[in-house]
Amino acid sequence: MNGGADLGGMMGLGPIAIEKDEPLFHADWEKRAFGMTIALGACGQWNIDTSRYTRENMHPADYMLTPYYKIWIDAAVRMMKQRSMISETEIETGNVIDAPAAVKPKLKASDVETVLSAGGPADRPAQGHPAWQVGDRIKTINNHPRTHTRLPRYARDKAGEITKVHGFHVFPDSNASGLGEDPHWLYQVTFTSRDLWGEQGNAADTVSLDLWEPYLKALQ
Amino acid sequence: MSLEKNSSSHDHGHSHHHDHSHLTDIDARVRALETVLSAKGYIDSDAVDEIVQTYTTKIGPQNGAHVVAKSWCDPEFREWIESDSTAAIHSLGYTSRQGEHIEAVFNSDTQHHLIVCTLCSCYPWSVLGLPPAWYKSPPYRSRAVFDPRGVLEEFGLVLPPTTRIEVHDSTSEVRYLVIPQRPAGTEGWTESELSRLVTRDSMIGTALASAPGDRP
Repeated sequence: MNGGADLGGMMGLGPIAIEKDEPLFHADWEKRAFGMTIALGACGQWNIDTSRYTRENMHPADYMLTPYYKIWIDAAVRMMKQRSMISETEIETGNVIDAPAAVKPKLKASDVETVLSAGGPADRPAQGHPAWQVGDRIKTINNHPRTHTRLPRYARDKAGEITKVHGFHVFPDSNASGLGEDPHWLYQVTFTSRDLWGEQGNAADTVSLDLWEPYLKALQ
Repeated sequence: MSLEKNSSSHDHGHSHHHDHSHLTDIDARVRALETVLSAKGYIDSDAVDEIVQTYTTKIGPQNGAHVVAKSWCDPEFREWIESDSTAAIHSLGYTSRQGEHIEAVFNSDTQHHLIVCTLCSCYPWSVLGLPPAWYKSPPYRSRAVFDPRGVLEEFGLVLPPTTRIEVHDSTSEVRYLVIPQRPAGTEGWTESELSRLVTRDSMIGTALASAPGDRP
């Protein structure tokens, strides 16, 4: 979606707030919001792409001004409300009103280390062969879905070069929308600064993105 | 009041925590949420503690510094991490989430790498821990791809025009780890001595590794 999260190339957002000796968390609620968001994954009610889509689905002005862990916990609450896991009244009163929804067993403290260490790989057994090889010149598609995509606006309809074939990975556009994992070949594609930014680019620098095969077409 | 309603214009981001009534609202709501989620059996507060504890004490930039120092002084490991970064890094035990697929990228005199995630906050947790607030902030995410040299200057790093910058926008589940150049004057240093020169920012690409004299 062309939302507030798609920030590449936007201007006027001010200097970078570099904080010396920055703490890992700035408040206790950030710790709890972060930890709860991770723990709730065990309920099995959404995937990482659904989470990202929910987080970016905010008014762009709010997205840009909201502390990051608040974006996370707000999105978790929205996803839980959509699945009737929790109600606003329950949060406001701090009391359970409705029976719990049927979800997968909660993450136990004794399983945290194992679950975090295992991670969640996104590659899948390959089907067929990649359409592109390293060195091929391609063009990205010009696509503006209202749903989740990982092809940012600044890299649409641009010529680039395949610089690596990463493998066969879950396709976020489908996975975020409940259409299944729908894996595709994933490539590293490198664009020159000039091709992306025209006169405001330069002749030396490049930007590389990881892009799935459905985002790419032959360079005419 | 809902959390959404709290996202008002008077909180301009991560580092502006001067509005105490606003913060208290968030704090109270997050506490209430944890109470309800625990009572409904969706989460275990001890597990939340354990997750926070893991990223506070076990998973952080010290992991990445180990990877970098090893790649500086162990030629066999260097060859492995160049050809299969994921396997090489996993071999050191750094297998955890947001590090399932990793590409190490190598700085040289002619090329410098910089990592960003313009669309969200993708970051190699397994080797760097949780990202700093600036990495997730709109100013960094918007400008790293458009004006990397300007961004690096804000971090105090000016690169010669002969050094090409490659910015990596982390759009997939592949995470990027910058292997900075080994500082001069460190011949004969042990892996653990070298690892102390490897800062978090040098592995994001917003800094070089520290020089021997930089450290106390």
